[in-house]
Amino acid sequence: MSLDILMPALSPTMEEGTLAKWLVAEGDSVVSGDVIAEIETDKATMEVEAVDEGVIAKLIVAAGTEGVKVNAVIAVLAEEGEDPASVQPGKSGTPAPAPAPAEAVPEVVSKLDTPAATSATVHGSAGSGANGDRVLASPLARRLASQNGLNLAAIGGSGPNGRIVKRDIQATLVGGGAKAMQVGAASASAGHSMPAGTGPDPRKIAGQLDMGYEEIPANNMRKTIARRLVEAKQTVPHFYLTVDIELDALLGLRGQINKAVPEGVKISVNDMIILASAKALIDEPDTNASWAGDAVLKYASADIAVAVATDNGLITPVLRDVQTKGLPEISAEMVDLATRAREGRLKPHEYQGGTFTISNLGMFGIREFAAVINPPHGAILAVGKGEKRPVVRTTEQGDTLAIATVMSVTLSCDHRVVDGAVGARWLNAFQQRLENPLSMLL
Amino acid sequence: MTDTNFDVVVIGGGPGGYVAAIRAAQLGLKACVVEREHLGGICLNWGCIPTKALLRSAEVGHLIQHAADFGWSAENVSFDIAKIVQRSRKVAKQLSQGVSFLLKKNKIPVVSGSGKLAGQGKVSVTDKDGKSSTLNARNIILATGARARVLPGLEPDGKLIWTYREAMVPESLPKSMIVVGSGAIGIEFASFYNDLGVEVTVVEVVDRILSAEDEEISALAHKSFEKAGIRIMTSAKVTSVKKAKDSLAATIELADGQTETLTADRLISAVGIVGNVEELGLEGTRVRIEGSHVDVDGFGATGEPGVWAIGDLTGAPWLAHKASHEGILAVETIAGVKGLHPLDPASIPGCTYARPQVASVGLSEAKAKAAGHKIRVGRFPFMGNGKAIALGDPEGLVKTVFDADSGELLGAHMIGAEVTELIQGFGIAKSLETTEQDLMHTVFPHPTLSEMMHESVLDAYDRALHV
Repeated sequence: MSLDILMPALSPTMEEGTLAKWLVAEGDSVVSGDVIAEIETDKATMEVEAVDEGVIAKLIVAAGTEGVKVNAVIAVLAEEGEDPASVQPGKSGTPAPAPAPAEAVPEVVSKLDTPAATSATVHGSAGSGANGDRVLASPLARRLASQNGLNLAAIGGSGPNGRIVKRDIQATLVGGGAKAMQVGAASASAGHSMPAGTGPDPRKIAGQLDMGYEEIPANNMRKTIARRLVEAKQTVPHFYLTVDIELDALLGLRGQINKAVPEGVKISVNDMIILASAKALIDEPDTNASWAGDAVLKYASADIAVAVATDNGLITPVLRDVQTKGLPEISAEMVDLATRAREGRLKPHEYQGGTFTISNLGMFGIREFAAVINPPHGAILAVGKGEKRPVVRTTEQGDTLAIATVMSVTLSCDHRVVDGAVGARWLNAFQQRLENPLSMLL
Repeated sequence: MTDTNFDVVVIGGGPGGYVAAIRAAQLGLKACVVEREHLGGICLNWGCIPTKALLRSAEVGHLIQHAADFGWSAENVSFDIAKIVQRSRKVAKQLSQGVSFLLKKNKIPVVSGSGKLAGQGKVSVTDKDGKSSTLNARNIILATGARARVLPGLEPDGKLIWTYREAMVPESLPKSMIVVGSGAIGIEFASFYNDLGVEVTVVEVVDRILSAEDEEISALAHKSFEKAGIRIMTSAKVTSVKKAKDSLAATIELADGQTETLTADRLISAVGIVGNVEELGLEGTRVRIEGSHVDVDGFGATGEPGVWAIGDLTGAPWLAHKASHEGILAVETIAGVKGLHPLDPASIPGCTYARPQVASVGLSEAKAKAAGHKIRVGRFPFMGNGKAIALGDPEGLVKTVFDADSGELLGAHMIGAEVTELIQGFGIAKSLETTEQDLMHTVFPHPTLSEMMHESVLDAYDRALHV
């Protein structure tokens, strides 16, 4: 019996993806574990492995196809002894615990083709059709979604014809995907469509003014960045706190540490900033928190998301339980995550979650900036360049001018969770840690 | 038989088994049914259907006795129990032949004999003459049903102590009768015999009759049956039976420890049923038996690959429609149909065809509360319904239970005329996941009993119009 290869869900919230590349051709034999395709999600490029052995009978979805729904049939695998030319998609499915009846297959195909094919296209798809048409949902599911602030368009339906029913809502609520699907202050559109922007249409203006441009189709990562940041800026009340931090003690300590660590390991200032942030989050836990609509969630561990620029856009891999880790460990983890982030090879669990974000543009010479909060985090720290600056020192002889290595950092806070004084206390704790760096090592 | 290789071999041709076989044929699978006695199983031959025929006769009698209420005079009327039984058997036979026709139409062979597992992918069938044959099966569906549970001291003897089987074909009418157990089976026979003039006492061990139903409905049923002349003893237990030549004396222990001795011509034991798990060749397989039923997952799969079980064999609720649905689910799983979901127990309606009828689906008020729901309850009495009064059946109640927060219809519970035909409306509502709003917006035809369903929903939200 042939097997349908379905578009996998690479993360709990994944609804669709781009089939970036086929690594096999029709007629190729595969065994379980062979990488057969690359799929680009909104966050990363992932490999799809064969879970069964057989011959690739048919590639249903062409490489480069965007918006392939999770669970859509992307290829058909003929099993051993089966003529690949004769198989058709849409009739296999949940492997029955019992051996499936081989002789009966042709009849099953002819009789089942239509209903099964229908269910293959719609089953598990986000309740709205691809064109954003009517969402199929039971009256009870609609009410439960509205009571729980869920966006129906982002929920997969398991009822007849992909209808969203109560159990789908319950699964969403239990699965914790709920947060991602919270209907924000509403303008956050139906999940699929882009925030079109209310401003002038740049294509139109370019046309009118005869401006030359190259049009680069937005990839999934770009679309996600656009959607999430519009949502963040429109729904999260930001405010900003800035302090200057002297780094000379820290740089001195870093020099000593780097002499002591094994060859090949190099602790960066950024590693120390990550550790100091985690320590400060434990010192001042009110900032290690999220707004949950009707409550504030205060987290027990400091999971630090670090923004990494890639060719495709921004991604924030997460270092977990940083408060328990040492600098060599943080350094090694950061190098690994950043490398794989740039290669688009992060696994979903490596960039999901987190309790706090750091964005560091110091290496680009930026003195200071304000970052957009990465929901549901309560705050994000924007780190500028460490540079020599004149500082005023107050001594017994009076004020004198001195030179110090100074770094400006700006904390963007979600005012629903972090009030001004709370954010200020966190920044003070962070500053204390960096200016007295030995305290981080205790 | 020439061909002995099948995709699906169903052991048992009851409402679970034959429906499974037909569905398999529809899906292009080669199926056969192994049946030891008669197609249609207990349901069709010794259960649901023949009892409905008996109860219809009782209902006709009841109407004749009340003919004057409707302006008719019917004097010197009488009935012949043999003819009542004869009609019931004829109905059963007609339907059993219907099943035979359906299987033929779907090209499903019926193998006569008792089937059992005989190694992986094999079913051995032993016919009446002791001759054995072997079938090769990629998938085996066990659908052997259940039989009456036997309590020590109440072993059926076919003469004084009856099970449903003897109760269905009485040769003569006893004068008095004790019915032990007040589930659907016990209550239906109690109602039938009572309507034919037999002096009936129901003995129930728990504190209320029809204990699977909502407590309020149980209480109303209790009142109705007592009014109809049935004596009901709850929290009562038969401790011993002394048989005489053509009667028996049962000692009954009451809740307060006192005992009472009842004398009656016959006793019907209707204390539940047990699965037919024996002689199926399950020894040495990974099929697990729990208590008296086969353990399965939500799709009918047993622990043994390729072996499935459905219906009464897999435990309560012991209902034909549950068996049929499970059969379809198991076959569709075998065929790899997508988007299947296990049967939701709260979506299986239960019906008791006594006079008055009782029907329900979903959670009772008490169970809804116990499950942590904040609830709204609607009630509408038959007395407020025009059609019920015109029919001369003004007693009964339609009760609905909603989740107060979501408006989900959690359960519906009814007692009164024709409620077994009404309950499907709430079944559809539950299956489509309507809320109270959709039910309120539905136009129910006037004058019908179904208007009470609407009013009950309205009442749950303090909007009933006719009370």
